[in-house]
Amino acid sequence: MSLFNIFDVAGSGMAAQSQRLNVVASNLANADSTTGANGQPYHAKQVVFSVMPVDGGAAQGVKVTSVVEDNSPMKMVYDPKHPMADAQGYVTMPNVNVVDEMVNMISASRAYQNNVEVLNTSKSLLLKTLTIGQ
Amino acid sequence: MVNKLDDALRFHQTALNLRAARQELLASNIVNADTPNYKARDVDFAGALRNALAGTGTELPVATTSPMHLQGNSGESVMGSPVMYRKPVQPSADGNTVDMDVERAQFADNALRYEASVRFMNEQVKQLLTAIQG
Repeated sequence: MSLFNIFDVAGSGMAAQSQRLNVVASNLANADSTTGANGQPYHAKQVVFSVMPVDGGAAQGVKVTSVVEDNSPMKMVYDPKHPMADAQGYVTMPNVNVVDEMVNMISASRAYQNNVEVLNTSKSLLLKTLTIGQ
Repeated sequence: MVNKLDDALRFHQTALNLRAARQELLASNIVNADTPNYKARDVDFAGALRNALAGTGTELPVATTSPMHLQGNSGESVMGSPVMYRKPVQPSADGNTVDMDVERAQFADNALRYEASVRFMNEQVKQLLTAIQG
């Protein structure tokens, strides 16, 4: 029954988008973290989406294959009083672009809403199907 | 008699199955709106319904340039009809061809037509019951 596959497809989309939102939250929270568990400043992270076949039929879901670190250059801020400042007085700040992250957040939120709507539509269609012949 | 009942309901049964399969494809498109290199897919509904009712399948043939080449079918099929790729209107830089407006509109349209088929089927059942009960 192909309509049931839509639950799997939309569910995979919601899971992937919520993981993306999670990464965005992590980036925004650590936008000013100059040191982490490894002693290095925080690196922005991004999710990588890829197609995931859903068994039975032509439906294709989505999954997060990996979370990669953003390799754009780190922000250098001149602040000699900062405890993490180097010999020249520069502090290495995370390469989190707050504007990018906000856009990413809105995009993830809208995509999640789309998936919820797809799921609700499929549910109401299935319920209508149950009323055939009544 | 049972044959006639079957014939009476067969058209909408086939249409519902095909609508459900198409809904699944459209859900895959919406879910993969952010997946790099994903190509939006759809079926030619009218042609697919004609094929399904006639019991014929028109698979998308592989182009051959020599009679020695293997004959085969390319790509996936839904109820014997090929799944085709949508012509992109505004393809994005990451190779994704999902146009959310088109997909959302088609999803809503397909859902509505599914419900219409359900309703037609209900009416047919009612007519048959009226004929039986007098």
